[in-house]
Amino acid sequence: MHSGINISQTDARPMYLQIMEQIRQRIAAGDWAAGKELPSIRALAADLRVSVITVKRAYLDLESMGVIVTRQGKGSFVAEGGPAGEIHLAQLDEHLSAAAELARHIGLSPDELAERLRRVRDKQ
Amino acid sequence: MNHAKHIELAGVRKKFRFFTLENLDLDLEAGQIMGLVGPNGAGKSTTIRLITGLLAADAGTVRVLGHGMPEAQALAKRDIGFVSDEMKLFSHATVGWHMDFVASIYAGWDPQYAATLVKRFNLKPEQPVKGLSHGEHVKALLMLALARRPRLLILDEPTSGLDPVARHELLTEFTDVLRDDSRSILFSSHNTLDVERISDRITFIDRGRLVESRDKEDFLERWRRIQLQMPAGSALPELPDIIGRAVDGQFVTLTTNRFSADMLTHLGTAVREVHRMSLEEIFVANVMHHREARGE
Repeated sequence: MHSGINISQTDARPMYLQIMEQIRQRIAAGDWAAGKELPSIRALAADLRVSVITVKRAYLDLESMGVIVTRQGKGSFVAEGGPAGEIHLAQLDEHLSAAAELARHIGLSPDELAERLRRVRDKQ
Repeated sequence: MNHAKHIELAGVRKKFRFFTLENLDLDLEAGQIMGLVGPNGAGKSTTIRLITGLLAADAGTVRVLGHGMPEAQALAKRDIGFVSDEMKLFSHATVGWHMDFVASIYAGWDPQYAATLVKRFNLKPEQPVKGLSHGEHVKALLMLALARRPRLLILDEPTSGLDPVARHELLTEFTDVLRDDSRSILFSSHNTLDVERISDRITFIDRGRLVESRDKEDFLERWRRIQLQMPAGSALPELPDIIGRAVDGQFVTLTTNRFSADMLTHLGTAVREVHRMSLEEIFVANVMHHREARGE
């Protein structure tokens, strides 16, 4: 039973984020459909040769983002009604909130931030 | 008794002529892997000997699987598998002879699992122990301990001196044990990469004292290096929870063990970069900080 998820120790991101990212990719790509059961925390930890606490952290964060639901005693499942598009939007929001925070740090107004976003997009 | 903590040390003290282990508290629950990390001579092996009942504490309590140690060690040891890299199998006997020997002592011996491990580790039961390489010797010891399916596995430097492939095979077996949430592992290691990967809880010890013991994710979330650029002549804002600062011209590197987003808000535009720290970096910074705090 192989999940196909890979953990790299040279990746600067912590291991729980690598797990979250790869699960979200599978859901966004439609490989893991709504309602699909995820491997149990202990099974995935053993498969990836990482600690249980690391996988638990990834599942808890995915749950709080609404990507998966955990039913007590039953396991974790890909959330219903969360089409791939919404996951992309959630990812986008994350990047935007990081950008907004940085803008706040350097004292950029919301309008200036929006203007910079427009310029970046036009350059692509 | 099944709900008892797997390992419970409270206020443990053990004095030797040139070394004292002092005030050691440590908890390990079922379903967890704990990594015990410390420099050479920190007291890792002494701690393990106290837990396995090979030594009696001068003060404090040691309970393992609900049993008081070392008084109830005969009872506790039925459910403890212990492997140390100093252990030696009988060199004139074969691997298979050892398997029969262990099977005759422990009721929990699982011949099928033993056969699976022999295959996975590429061991040959008919081979005499004296012909085994260091890696094969360690694997044989582990096979003998694992096949008893003990509830608690205690491993003293299990991966030291092993090649990367053998280490990978061992880590696979360790995390496999934890598919069963009623089992647990305590292992000591110098290899912080292994510890960071498979431990749920991490305990740092140094010079006979506990430095810190907590969930791995807590360590990784709380420690950061923050790089600032301060215009010449400006003063660094006062911040709590900074345990190290290094200044190089305009650039200041702060080390914190209680990172929060508020900290960045407080530092404002001076922040250039924020770096997570590896377990090895956290370990070294933590040990140095504690030595300083104790005036050593």
